[in-house]
Amino acid sequence: MATVFKKPHALKDLSMHYCPGCTHGVIHRLVAEVIDELGIEGSTIGVSPVGCTYNNYEYFNCDMQQAAHGRAPAVATGIKRVFPENTVFTYQGDGDLAAIGTAEIVHAAARGEKITTIFVNNAIYGMTGGQMAPTTLLGQVTTTTPFGRSIEANGFPINVSEMLSTLEGAVFVERVSVHDIKNIMNAKRAIKKAFQVQMKGLGFSIVEILSTCPTNWGLHPVDSMKWLEQNMLPKYPLGNFKGKDLEV
Amino acid sequence: MGQKKLMKGNEAIAEGALRAGCRHYFGYPITPQTEISHYMAKKMPGLKGTFIQAESEIAAINMVYGAAGAGARAMTSSSSPGISLKQEGISYMAGAELPGVIVNIVRSGPGLGGIQPAQSDYFQAVKGGGHGDYKLVVLAPSTVQELYELTIEAFNIADRYRILTMILGDGIIGQMMEPVELKDDEEVQVIEKPWATTGSGMTREHNTITSIYIQPEVLEKHNLKLQAKYKAIEENEVRVESYNCENADIILTAYGSVARIVKNVIKMAAKEGIKVGLIRPITLFPFPKAEFEKYAEVPKAFLSVEMSAGQMVEDVRLCVNGKRNVYFYGRMGGMVPTQIEILNNIKEILAKEGK
Amino acid sequence: MGKVTFEEDRCKGCELCTTVCPKKIVIMRTEKINKKGFHPAGVDDMDKCTGCAFCATICPDCVIEVER
Repeated sequence: MATVFKKPHALKDLSMHYCPGCTHGVIHRLVAEVIDELGIEGSTIGVSPVGCTYNNYEYFNCDMQQAAHGRAPAVATGIKRVFPENTVFTYQGDGDLAAIGTAEIVHAAARGEKITTIFVNNAIYGMTGGQMAPTTLLGQVTTTTPFGRSIEANGFPINVSEMLSTLEGAVFVERVSVHDIKNIMNAKRAIKKAFQVQMKGLGFSIVEILSTCPTNWGLHPVDSMKWLEQNMLPKYPLGNFKGKDLEV
Repeated sequence: MGQKKLMKGNEAIAEGALRAGCRHYFGYPITPQTEISHYMAKKMPGLKGTFIQAESEIAAINMVYGAAGAGARAMTSSSSPGISLKQEGISYMAGAELPGVIVNIVRSGPGLGGIQPAQSDYFQAVKGGGHGDYKLVVLAPSTVQELYELTIEAFNIADRYRILTMILGDGIIGQMMEPVELKDDEEVQVIEKPWATTGSGMTREHNTITSIYIQPEVLEKHNLKLQAKYKAIEENEVRVESYNCENADIILTAYGSVARIVKNVIKMAAKEGIKVGLIRPITLFPFPKAEFEKYAEVPKAFLSVEMSAGQMVEDVRLCVNGKRNVYFYGRMGGMVPTQIEILNNIKEILAKEGK
Repeated sequence: MGKVTFEEDRCKGCELCTTVCPKKIVIMRTEKINKKGFHPAGVDDMDKCTGCAFCATICPDCVIEVER
């Protein structure tokens, strides 16, 4: 018998602090597996955000920089301009990327910075206690929308992938999910392609990954996966928005 | 050997940075410093360097963070309102111990203010406009030659101590043109950075750049380390010019453009038999405390002249420590104090102090 | 023919692995409490394991190693 599945080398042998059932753990592993498969751990530099994964510089085995809230694409730009041959990625949540960091992600994409962004969208702010995110759904109850998000009080959620795909510098834009096995495998394929797009020097790549937040959704991890499927997929359709046919 | 070139202050800064080996500049247009960006935009491509006009001053300082964390000499420049935007990034760089150079060509405020010169960002630069216990090394050049030389020195200091170094100029000095001597072999220190995120190459433990330490015991230790660094800088990096202070009737303190005006006042006052001295801090942090302590009991009084409501004067008072009165004369809003105004103020003070 | 090993003290009891096993052999060991204070997941009917690795794929904490 041979080992067919074990923790990837690019992920440290540490217990991560995320909540039970939080799919950040799955996504970290997928990114690490891709780094292993592409053989780029020694040349990768990642940028940690502010949010639940603020300290994922402790979990990835490559060089990492921790960035101010929302600024990861700017920090990544600085790193990539110094080391254009290295692989540089940012890992950001929906507050980091779509609220405070909107200017930075739009302009890094518009400039066609050859970096890869892993954008984890769980429609809520986790670390700070379940507040509304730019991607919170209409009607969704959060600690700052206790009566449910309403158009009048809080406006509409943002479809980040669709928005960024209008920028010519963004050459690979795909939205995936991790709510079941089939989708997890597909998410890994997209993440791998996004990194390969960078390695080929083609331009800015981003994978938006629909993810769960059992603690702040107030649901059991198993029910959270179902909630994601039933509620998030209609608003955030999965698929490739740009770069499906890019040769990597 | 070198050359002598007539240069605008802002351009001299950019040229100094390039000669110091800076190959990554990130900026955003704002008057009165945008010539720095223009110069870098022209020169960087030929040097295979990076010039980015960022989407904001916030993005620019974070690009400096990334590049500096990767071990490169990186720089940004702005003017007062843009420097306000950068405060978060400055605090982060201080916490992460990242070297870098940031230029503030000060304009009048507060708010959008005006585009004429001021010195009202002293508190922001020296006492910390960003959050937390941190310091920047702050250099205050007074001539275009000094702008050029101190920019080169700023990169050396930054790398030696892993600290952000600020060139605090103003709209006069940024815009004026003076001859600058450019040497071909400027003193550029090359300092190893084994802590930088260069890609581990699988040959070493991975490097991390961060300013967050969740456990209070650990964060206190980190802060004590930072404080020790600032103490070492206070002991070793003071730069100051004292002029005509022995037996002075009154000693003026001023920095940057205002110091030049004061030097002319000294000549004017001498003609009227008044001996005026000048202590010109060149480093605002570290402040030249020892120089003030040396002369604290020499004159009848001290007078701080600034283009502000009175900011450096507070540090002068702390240094003089009650031994003499410390007066203040200033103009705001972009108005520049004239020699006559300053001289009249000197006479008023000396009359009050019973000369 | 497959075999799965659970590093029980890493498990946070989220139960996601129990929902994806095609042979339905992944269970929560409710009689045990691990170092984190959770009931860890595990497999008793190992001869039914096909080594598909679905459980390991959905696990957020790298608890499971799979051999085939």
